[in-house]
Amino acid sequence: MSGANLFGMCGPALVGLGLYGLITDPEPLRKILAFNLLGSGVFLIFGVIARRAAAAGVPSDPVPQAMVITAIVVAFAATALAVALVLRLLEQTGRATLSTDVPVREKPDP
Amino acid sequence: MTSWFFGDAGVALLVLAIGASTIFARKTFDAAIAFVVYGLLLAIAWVRLSAIDVALTEAAIGGGMTGTLLLGAVARLRSAEPDDTRLGLPIQLATGFCCALVAACLAAALLLLPETIPTLAPAVMENLADTGLGNPVAGVLFSYRALDTLLEKVVLLLALLGVWSLAPNNAWNGIPRLRLYDRPNSTLTFLAQLLPPVGVVVGIYMCWVGANEPGGAFQGGTVLAAMWLLVIIARLERAPSIGQLWLRVGLVVGPAVFLAVGLAGLVLANGFLAYPPGHAKAFIVTVEFALTISIAAVLAMLAAGPPQQVQQE
Repeated sequence: MSGANLFGMCGPALVGLGLYGLITDPEPLRKILAFNLLGSGVFLIFGVIARRAAAAGVPSDPVPQAMVITAIVVAFAATALAVALVLRLLEQTGRATLSTDVPVREKPDP
Repeated sequence: MTSWFFGDAGVALLVLAIGASTIFARKTFDAAIAFVVYGLLLAIAWVRLSAIDVALTEAAIGGGMTGTLLLGAVARLRSAEPDDTRLGLPIQLATGFCCALVAACLAAALLLLPETIPTLAPAVMENLADTGLGNPVAGVLFSYRALDTLLEKVVLLLALLGVWSLAPNNAWNGIPRLRLYDRPNSTLTFLAQLLPPVGVVVGIYMCWVGANEPGGAFQGGTVLAAMWLLVIIARLERAPSIGQLWLRVGLVVGPAVFLAVGLAGLVLANGFLAYPPGHAKAFIVTVEFALTISIAAVLAMLAAGPPQQVQQE
């Protein structure tokens, strides 16, 4: 088993872990974190395929590499927006939860 | 070869273990710290996959910038009441089983890939000389798939617009609500005075060298953004109000120059985002420098979050 294959097994495991965290963890920030983990697993799978598609004297296919670089930057932008949404939710309701069956804390009347 | 194999196995195991701890850690703070470590370990994995450009991006953005963002959010969410709704054990087990199944299917698909995979590497290398660049990844980003790179910058700006639009009405044109470090004359102050000169040189060098070696506008811009944030967090410099003209110009100069060069391609070369033959490198380096400024500004503002206070003058 080569080094690329080792990381090739790492990618799917990270996708599985991220998916599990995304579904089971109730806190929005943890969901965002899990989603980032899932994404990095997908990128890793892409990188392993790029490594296996090496040709023409380059050690790794540059096209998937460029796409992964773009993907990492876009993932950061999406994460920043998601975090801002969670913090706004906290400001508005005093809670940071996606659950609909907890009563929203009313602001005390002045 | 075997020593490399054991090294790779060690990195792979560490990536998995730290990755798992970001999911299973009890406290969100621990999970965020683990995520930063995870980003750096993943960068080593990318180096071992011979993708140095990706490794630099992962370490800078995946680990560093996302880590900064998450740690800031964790600190702010401390005031929130904890959410105690946990799923029941049977549902957790069922979810775990399904997720393991997804992972196993992906792994099987990867193992069953044919020996020869279709690759665009020969096509990239054949035409790389025409672009005047030595780094094939930069060639793909700025020449073959320039439209992707241009639109990605637009996505960054849209995300920033989204973040800013979450500000309350009276905070528009205010100052981003970055958490500042309270103690003056601390180690952080010292580092914020020591590191930026070095960091600025490293950032500009990465941008310049990106044409021929691993590096480029993304990585250089991220280093510059990190230096700016460091100076702001250490209270050596105030965060700008989001209405400042120089900030707005800095945010759009990269995509604007890129678009202008792209439109010039309609006249000087044979299409949108095409470069005139023989002068491709000059155009690409110009675009890269403008983009570095914009990336630094956008990333720093995204990490800083929506504006909060109304500026008092």
